[in-house]
Amino acid sequence: MMTGAAAAQIMEHAKTTPHHVRIAINNLDFYYGTSKALKSVNLPLYANKATAFIGPSGCGKSTLLRVLNRMYDLYPGQRATGEVVLDGENILKPGLDLNLLRARVGMVFQKPTPFPMSIYDNIAFGVRLYEKLNKSEMDERVQRSLEKAALWKEVKDKLNASGLSLSGGQQQRLCIARTVAVKPEVILFDEPCSALDPISTAKIEELIDELTSDYTIAIVTHNMQQAARVSQHTAFMYLGELIEFGETNGIFTSPQDKRTQDYITGRFG
Amino acid sequence: MTQHTVKSYEDDLKFLDNRISHMGGMTERLLGQAFDALSRRDPKLAGVAIASDKAIDTMQREIEEHAIAMIAKRQPVADDLRHIMASLKISADLERIGDFAKNIAKRALAIAGESHPKPLLLGLGHMVELTLRQLKDVLDAYAARDADKALVVWRKDEQLDAMYNSLFRELLTYMMEDPRNIGLSTHLLFGAKNLERIGDHTTNIAETVHYLVHGQTITDDRPKGDNTSSTLIQRG
Repeated sequence: MMTGAAAAQIMEHAKTTPHHVRIAINNLDFYYGTSKALKSVNLPLYANKATAFIGPSGCGKSTLLRVLNRMYDLYPGQRATGEVVLDGENILKPGLDLNLLRARVGMVFQKPTPFPMSIYDNIAFGVRLYEKLNKSEMDERVQRSLEKAALWKEVKDKLNASGLSLSGGQQQRLCIARTVAVKPEVILFDEPCSALDPISTAKIEELIDELTSDYTIAIVTHNMQQAARVSQHTAFMYLGELIEFGETNGIFTSPQDKRTQDYITGRFG
Repeated sequence: MTQHTVKSYEDDLKFLDNRISHMGGMTERLLGQAFDALSRRDPKLAGVAIASDKAIDTMQREIEEHAIAMIAKRQPVADDLRHIMASLKISADLERIGDFAKNIAKRALAIAGESHPKPLLLGLGHMVELTLRQLKDVLDAYAARDADKALVVWRKDEQLDAMYNSLFRELLTYMMEDPRNIGLSTHLLFGAKNLERIGDHTTNIAETVHYLVHGQTITDDRPKGDNTSSTLIQRG
């Protein structure tokens, strides 16, 4: 269980901050079968801010991310209790349209996952599921999405080439373009740069920075400096608990909890 | 404190602490020697003191280079970052303190030939004593990561300011009494000002120690006691 003090501190933060809460996670528990992977997590995700989830392997940060668009629903035996409130609506409630949810809460994975189709179709594919656009509208949507993902200039002359022909960094930006194309409110990044070289990483980080002006962002990363660079708020998790949440500058200069301090300074265990 | 998984990180941080404590010791010694040279009219000792400032400067550069290399290599955060920043700032303060102390030693050379009425040096001696104690205490506070002790030093600087104010008036009086005292008194006055400035750098170090320990700057208003810039002796 998260200590009462930590929960109170987080609630206080949500109350006093001027930011709008896009997603409120309330008393969230998560189970893989019988094993409890998240223990009473309370956390706000602010609109137009990037929140980083950090913590050692197995701490529950990826699990938490997967709850936010109910990715876990694809697997039997996994369940969540508590509340995840997106714009006033509990997205954990049964009967929710999951496809619609995943359009509102997009996800970018660790390894780039372009579809085996053209660059153009990689983006148009998702859009066609939700909207009926004519040719010129679709062209425009594809272009705008690629521009948002800072990929347009590099691919505008080869939109019919396969998405798989792009470099790793370009593929990852293609995936971001694909996510952006369906006009989500929230974008989840699960270690989006761990398979990329430093230049591509810098491009993605720059992109995340730009995307925060339009979207609410949550990012799981093992790279401490990346969390410090791209996020405005940071949540440190350990053994399924949320240990500390606060503004990123504060977490990385004066963390309040000793476990946070030990982890980010490389003193763990 | 739990050790870093990477052991050499631990060594790097220890190196900084060792250097700071060594540098602090050298600075204390320089200040002591500078005043002894002044009061005993000992140009040889003054020369030794002046020369030792070079070693302090070198040490500051060494600490700076090491700290910068650590920032590049380890991307420090949290208490490690505060530790490294603290050693950078403290070494800069100590370097300035060394400069002020050296300046006192230089004045010892300048007034070595002048007559030294004893009482003139008495006040300055007291100031040196308090300055040295403050410096020692703040370096101890750093070594022990004792923010409360640093806060005591920070508050006590007011006393040093008060001593400076009274010494300022006293020396002006001597000058008015006998114009032959003017040369010596002026040098002593600058010496006193140097000590007052050393006190200010000592409080800087106290603030750094507080930040190092708590991650927060001291929010109190420090009583500022130096009002000599608006002081004038009225002719009776």
